[in-house]
Amino acid sequence: MDFIATGFFQAFVLLFSGDPETYSAILATISVSTISILASLIIGAPLGFLLGYHDFSGKKFLRTVADSLLSFPTVVIGLLVYALLSRKGPLGDTELLFTIPGIAVGQALLGIPIVTAMMATAVENLDQRLKNTLLTLGAGRSQILRTTLWEARYSLVLAVAAAYGRIVSEIGISMMIGGNIKWHTRTITTAIALETGKGEFAMGIALGLVLMIIAFGVNFSMSGIKKRAGK
Amino acid sequence: MKKINVIFMTFALVAMLVSPGLVKAEEILMMATTTSTDNTGLLDEIAPKFQKDTGIELRWTAVGTGKALKMGENCDVDVLLVHAPAAEQKYVDSGALKDRKEVMYNDFVIIGPASDPAGVKGMSVVDAMKTIAAKKAVFVSRGDNSGTNKKEISLWKVAGMTVPDKDAWYVQTGQGMIKSINIAEERDGYTMTDRGTYIKYEANKNGSPDLKVLVEGDKTLFNQYSVLAVNPEKCEKAKYKLATKFSDWLTSPKVQKDIADFKLLGKKLFIPNAK
Repeated sequence: MDFIATGFFQAFVLLFSGDPETYSAILATISVSTISILASLIIGAPLGFLLGYHDFSGKKFLRTVADSLLSFPTVVIGLLVYALLSRKGPLGDTELLFTIPGIAVGQALLGIPIVTAMMATAVENLDQRLKNTLLTLGAGRSQILRTTLWEARYSLVLAVAAAYGRIVSEIGISMMIGGNIKWHTRTITTAIALETGKGEFAMGIALGLVLMIIAFGVNFSMSGIKKRAGK
Repeated sequence: MKKINVIFMTFALVAMLVSPGLVKAEEILMMATTTSTDNTGLLDEIAPKFQKDTGIELRWTAVGTGKALKMGENCDVDVLLVHAPAAEQKYVDSGALKDRKEVMYNDFVIIGPASDPAGVKGMSVVDAMKTIAAKKAVFVSRGDNSGTNKKEISLWKVAGMTVPDKDAWYVQTGQGMIKSINIAEERDGYTMTDRGTYIKYEANKNGSPDLKVLVEGDKTLFNQYSVLAVNPEKCEKAKYKLATKFSDWLTSPKVQKDIADFKLLGKKLFIPNAK
């Protein structure tokens, strides 16, 4: 029991004393998750929109693929990306192994299906009612497209929040691709794994609290955006 | 304070994003090593000195010796610091690694509850292993192909037994040494560990750990650490020059003394023995 109290205490000490190791891990987590969430958004949102908005043959199949990718285990992504980025692998020349952008590649693969699938579902659900209403009002094609995009914005915020939640708390990819290198690729999650591995449970709890603060902070601001947008 | 943090964070964020462009790739040496050198804090102690002396930044990923050797073979790192001589030799023979140099040693110990339910205190390794097996006392193994795990497997063989892979009392954690020690502690079991990690565990417990050293001093428990370079003929991108600089530095008298002086709880963790 003692170490739980110690952990809480240590968390505040680490945060308010500006402990460089802690802030290095926090920064690594923030920079890698920012890169990967942006990549997921830029790639996933248009894909999801196309998938939800248009009708084409093979659409059902692609939807199923996107949905099943939602449950892709992170360790498998880690393994796959490791194999690709290894110097002996096909993408070894990119020198991305053991780097922040390397982890971001893996995490984007985790985030893209989430954004794609949630976006597609959102657009599909909107489509029915919206398209008909707009048509009866005499809207043109581009107007319908723009309105649909605009109406899907809340769902997009939700999708990003969901993807971010998974990305920021992810460990398998960060450990395998990043290698948990101090000052460079040590994120909060891999630092927790290391600290508990060293028997430093209090430090692990402290870092866990920091991670929770980040995750909750992002989700609260997301729901803030959503509320404001909803008015 | 808050302002300083914000400035520091902004600076570090920028530095992190642009650093691959600023630092010449030549100056970074990538090492794969075993958890014991990392968990005990030895590398945190010597890496800054290496950078100061040579201008080369040492970055390392701490995995078990088995995985570290594999990473060397896959060309993903430039240099290795590991502790499984027999396995190392196989990779040297295959040409994946070269220039094996001995750096330091410590010893393995068998630890267990102070109450010593199987009664192995002071026995030889062979007798202790046989007794634990005969009494079906809980024995925690890392089971992760690390240097320590390889050593433990060899001890069962030395004792004339096969590894009790499927026995209920033989617990394979698949995790690092301190985690495995913690599991042994929770289960009132025995385990084998390197002395450096045991001292680290003692330090975590403020010097009064639940598990005590029960078997030690046997010649078979010797634990040799060596540095090996990834062979540039097999991996053209491996930074062989930097790896050589590191291994020369690590085996130099000055650094050998630093290793000898590295202590936790006033106890030496590693004994340098470069030739």
